[in-house]
Amino acid sequence: MTDMLSTSQAAIDRTKLVRSGLKRRHMSEAVFKALGLTAIILALGFVALLFVDIVRKGAPAFTQSNMHLSVIYDPTIINVEPAPVRAEGQSDADFRADSLVWQRKVALLNWNKVIEASLRAAAPAGNEIESRALLTIVETDARHVVREAFVENPSLLGQTVKVDLLASANADNWIKGNIDRSLGDAQQQLSAPARALIDTFVENGIISTGFAWSIFTNVDSRAAPASAGLLGAFVGTLWMMLIVIVLAVPIGVAAAVYLEEFAPKSKFTDFIEVNINNLAAVPSIVFGLLGAAVFINYLHLPISAPIVGGLVLTLMTLPTIIIATRGALLGVSPSLRQAALGMGASRTQMVFHHVLPVTFPSILTATILGVAHALGETAPLLLIGMKAFVAQVPATPLHQATALPVQIYLWQGNENRNFFEPRTAAAIMVLLGVMIMLNGVAIYLRSRLERRA
Amino acid sequence: MATVLNEHIVSSYEDELMNLNHAISEMGGMVEQAITDSANALLKLDHKGAQDVRAYDKRIDEMKDRINDMAVSIIARRKPMAADLRMVVTAIQVANDLERTGDMAKQLAKRTMQIDSLGLAPKFYNGVKHMTDLVARQLKAALDAYAARDAKMAIDVCAHDEEVDAMHTSLFRELLTYMMEDPRNITQCTHLLFCTKSLERVGDHATNIAEAAYYLETGRHLGVDESQRQQL
Amino acid sequence: MDVVAGKMTQTSADPSVNAAAMADRRVRLTAREVTVHYGAKQALFGVSIDIPDRAVTSFIGPSGCGKSTFLRCINRMNDTIEGAKVGGTIKLDDLDIYDPHLDVVELRARIGMVFQKPNPFPKSIYENVAYGPKIHGLARSKADLDLIVESSLRKAGLFNEVKDRLNEPGTGLSGGQQQRLCIARAIAVGPEVILMDEPCSALDPIATAIIEELIDELRENYTIVIVTHSMQQAARVSQKTAFFHLGKLIEEGNTSDIFTNPMHKQTQDYITGRIG
Repeated sequence: MTDMLSTSQAAIDRTKLVRSGLKRRHMSEAVFKALGLTAIILALGFVALLFVDIVRKGAPAFTQSNMHLSVIYDPTIINVEPAPVRAEGQSDADFRADSLVWQRKVALLNWNKVIEASLRAAAPAGNEIESRALLTIVETDARHVVREAFVENPSLLGQTVKVDLLASANADNWIKGNIDRSLGDAQQQLSAPARALIDTFVENGIISTGFAWSIFTNVDSRAAPASAGLLGAFVGTLWMMLIVIVLAVPIGVAAAVYLEEFAPKSKFTDFIEVNINNLAAVPSIVFGLLGAAVFINYLHLPISAPIVGGLVLTLMTLPTIIIATRGALLGVSPSLRQAALGMGASRTQMVFHHVLPVTFPSILTATILGVAHALGETAPLLLIGMKAFVAQVPATPLHQATALPVQIYLWQGNENRNFFEPRTAAAIMVLLGVMIMLNGVAIYLRSRLERRA
Repeated sequence: MATVLNEHIVSSYEDELMNLNHAISEMGGMVEQAITDSANALLKLDHKGAQDVRAYDKRIDEMKDRINDMAVSIIARRKPMAADLRMVVTAIQVANDLERTGDMAKQLAKRTMQIDSLGLAPKFYNGVKHMTDLVARQLKAALDAYAARDAKMAIDVCAHDEEVDAMHTSLFRELLTYMMEDPRNITQCTHLLFCTKSLERVGDHATNIAEAAYYLETGRHLGVDESQRQQL
Repeated sequence: MDVVAGKMTQTSADPSVNAAAMADRRVRLTAREVTVHYGAKQALFGVSIDIPDRAVTSFIGPSGCGKSTFLRCINRMNDTIEGAKVGGTIKLDDLDIYDPHLDVVELRARIGMVFQKPNPFPKSIYENVAYGPKIHGLARSKADLDLIVESSLRKAGLFNEVKDRLNEPGTGLSGGQQQRLCIARAIAVGPEVILMDEPCSALDPIATAIIEELIDELRENYTIVIVTHSMQQAARVSQKTAFFHLGKLIEEGNTSDIFTNPMHKQTQDYITGRIG
């Protein structure tokens, strides 16, 4: 009887003891949770801040001032014979030769005068403004646009047609208010009459703002900054991405499979593994130096070509893919391997029929993440010569090109800060957009594949 | 020599097996006592003693049922193997043999109560006493062999069974002679004939118990081994 | 003996019949002085045993006694373990399993294996069973393959349960069904010997009973060696039992003899549950 009493007393005491410590334990748990929450909020806050800042800076760049100018194709200025017409029995080569001759003559004409005349016609009467000042309103590529229109359609001669031209970068700055209107003439980019005329055009509706498609459809340009776009950089980046995927994935996966499944465990393979892990931590600029030394100097590949950039980025992405693949391979349960071997599958069959398919989602994710990471690398690309200004779309990986991050770097260094700062932010937004999209694809594919498995 | 068994890992299983052993020993003791008491009652023609033996038999039957239940429970729950299995199975057999032996004691007691006399005639006394002593010794030896798992002792008991049979035959002839000599002996002799038959049966049961002891210890059947030995 | 629908089955319960049957069965696998080292540690010490044809032989013993190690020697799965060295000889009929000229892949087509944790491939049920015949080139056409798959699933007692969902993943079945799938997969290659490493330890009693019934049917056509932790299972399912302890083969013999009257004290202690 006393035994029962004493045990129940002991039980009560024990319960009291546990209860007294409970408060402290719950407290420390609450504190930890609070710390965790704070950390997350801080981190997310900074990220949000970054995004908000970039979007705020870059959003204005997506609109651009366009001028809808009535261009007068004045025959007195456009003093050229009519375009050649194909004669009976004339060969293609002859006809093309004739056309080229005519086009050259057209090019030699003073198209700026055409634009000047059209501008003066559009300006309100009594406006006193110099020719040079007048031409600062439209972008320098305006004459190309007008001339191309004429070459396309020589019947425009003598007509007046509305042509869309880009306003110059400085004009755009003035219109958007990127430059402080209260500053004196010495600090302004445009002369006072030009500024006044621009305001008039805006009131008249001759100049209006629209979506800046040029960012996506044009290549970079120094002569006509308002028309500078990302197309060349985008294509260059795409080429490099393609090369990275085509090279890094097979080589990386094969290397990981060999190291994990086939290589005999020896000091040598351990050595290789350690080195691969270290390679992932090597600064990217070292890869750039390697690329310059080996691919350009030794193998004589063209400078600034996506192939060299792609090769360098492949080298950088390889360790990531190898490590991720090895991790995925290690994660495959040994019972699956045993089952395959027990069936009489050879080692190779076991790996390729059973192990790799299971690791496919992880490899895919690692690839996309590795590629997304490589996309944003600038330092190695600079060292292989991509820091030069390239104004065309690379048709093949062997042509000169530039890449998105490099383009951002170049735009960042441009003197026309007022115009290019928003532009740079816009380019950053495009780059981030590509990366987010790639990550989204990775997540989607991974969830699809995992659901199937 | 008996094999020394280690302790079971599960002590409650060990306890159950031990309890079964004790029950057998206890029942063996009870039956030995019953045989001794009924033999004494017969020799002295003690009617009171005979009645006590008859009443005692109920407890022996209950004991057998108890041992059966324990054995079945162990088989169902513990799945005994090897020596444990043999032990449980032989326990059932031995309990059965002991219960039949108890019945034999009851038979002796019944006969005793039917012999109306002051005592057994001296010429019958010795023969019957020898028989009862021998059979009681056999029973004790068999039970000891079972408890100690002593194969040699078991073989001895089986060998001595011939003696029991021989004594039974000689006693049988003697009683017949007496009956032919003097018809007044017929009543007592007939009863005594049945008694010696019962005692001979007790001897057989003792042999069964010894064979069970042999099987428990060695896992082989004594009959087969014996015949093989005799062939050599 | 039971005569059931024209099929003669010998129950292990009748010891005299069993002993006679075991005595005149031919020997399928012979092992002589088999030793296994894992690096410096020795796991098996000179194991010699004969495995009879078309019967179930079970290996019992406490954890770490080497029974699974020995089982894995028979189909050379120890080759896949780094640092494992196997000595002695094992012969399948007259073929030396450890002959360096013998292709392990061919050996594993003749000796199949079922593992402790059911491990169907993450493919469809059909693909699981068809994989073996495909890689060994046993089917000449899709029709052939279909036949092999169906007959293997039937022999494993699984066909009726899955015939409408052959294209569903094998991993979607219950534990017992998965293990039967693994058995069907092993049978599909047409092996002569099937090794089973604790096939029921991850299953519930009903599934276990189904698999034991399956083993009983399979032994008419295959030689089966089963490693089991459950002595009751060994007692129920096998005709010959071998007891291993600390890497040595202590005793082997007919199952009913081992479980009613073992010769060695160690065997007795183990099967009765006594501390050795």
